[in-house]
Amino acid sequence: MLTKRIIPCLDIKNGRTVKGINFVDLRDAGDPVELAEIYAQEGADELVFLDISATEERRKTLADLVYHVAEKVNIPFTVGGGISCIEDVDVLLQNGADKVSVNSSAVKRPELINELVAKFGSQCIVVAIDAKQIDGNWKVHLVGGKVPTEIDLFKWAKEVEERGAGEILFTSMDHDGTKNGFANEALAKLSVLVNIPIIASGGAGAVSHFTDTFTHGKADAALAASIFHFKEIEIKDLKKELKKEGIPVRL
Amino acid sequence: MKIVIINYGAGNIQSIKFAIKRLGHEAILSDNVEEILNADKVIFPGVGEASSAMDKLRSSGLDALIPILKQPVLGICLGMQLMCNKSEEGNTKGLGIFDLDVVKFPESVKVPQIGWNEITGLQSNLFSDIAEKSHIYLVHSYYAPIGDETIAESEYAFPYSAALGKDNFYGTQFHPEKSSDVGAKILQNFLEM
Repeated sequence: MLTKRIIPCLDIKNGRTVKGINFVDLRDAGDPVELAEIYAQEGADELVFLDISATEERRKTLADLVYHVAEKVNIPFTVGGGISCIEDVDVLLQNGADKVSVNSSAVKRPELINELVAKFGSQCIVVAIDAKQIDGNWKVHLVGGKVPTEIDLFKWAKEVEERGAGEILFTSMDHDGTKNGFANEALAKLSVLVNIPIIASGGAGAVSHFTDTFTHGKADAALAASIFHFKEIEIKDLKKELKKEGIPVRL
Repeated sequence: MKIVIINYGAGNIQSIKFAIKRLGHEAILSDNVEEILNADKVIFPGVGEASSAMDKLRSSGLDALIPILKQPVLGICLGMQLMCNKSEEGNTKGLGIFDLDVVKFPESVKVPQIGWNEITGLQSNLFSDIAEKSHIYLVHSYYAPIGDETIAESEYAFPYSAALGKDNFYGTQFHPEKSSDVGAKILQNFLEM
């Protein structure tokens, strides 16, 4: 049986992890490679690296990081942040990334999805969608959720699937950072609407939130950052609890 | 030991190189006939679309070379699918090593299948010291059904071939290079053949 995936997300700036990370056994808390190795050992099913650097050398710095992660880590990982063309993706895949995620650039020019899929295949193209509710309607947001658009979340998700994306990473800006649980209603609607896997993101604060998003939210995978970085929930414990609840996980 | 990864411009080869390096070996990337013929082990990778991958193999003559290799050959993911008779993806003829036709998963499940699934019915030295129901990582929209050459099964909508084996040829639908310690052990088993 296909298991539900648990995915820690690491924010990267200039090749270093950004958010304060509370790992006592870490020699260098800012080293993404070391952190990635630890997460892999603890049972993470996949990793996501989100690059937020804005320097001219960003492409090279990120490629170097991807190379070093691939060298050490034996689970799949996705790289996202600022990817806007075929060359960006090519460099990352050549250096060992398994998947890339595109977000704002795909909203601005949706044909990018078709181009990437044609060149690299659906299996490595993830489309990240940030959305929040405005007057009860889910609207897609850009630039890390800061800039609202008129685009409806569900329409966009359907279009993303039709253009060939292999997976959708949906972050609810309404839930992100609240630690009150994932946007399960919207997630369940997405999961029925499209026939590609959905990664739930935004709102993880307790084990029960993961249980809920896999059952009520029908999510295929769940992503979280701070609760893992600050060891509020250990991945091993989380997966044991999920198994007790009857959710298929890899232990 | 001379390990050659067949280079035909397909997919994520760096990860396979690294996985072999973690096992204490070096793999080289080559499309040179002599080099491939003289290798102790040959790895046939593949990520992407089947018909365009077959076009690349044909244009370099590798489609004729691979089926006549005598040393252990391991096809991974699309590599395994291309070793079958044909694939529904791009309606392409394969290398005809495994007597199976690759077809697309039905709409009743999410396509692609992405993630960790179990392998059962393990029947080859490739799986020495691998427990039944071990988890491996897969990303695929097309699958090879169960057949005489199936050496491991997995289930998504129904049972399908997670690995195939015939003579010196092996294929895994999953990515051993991305399947944590289980995958590393399977790769090691292959290298020890």
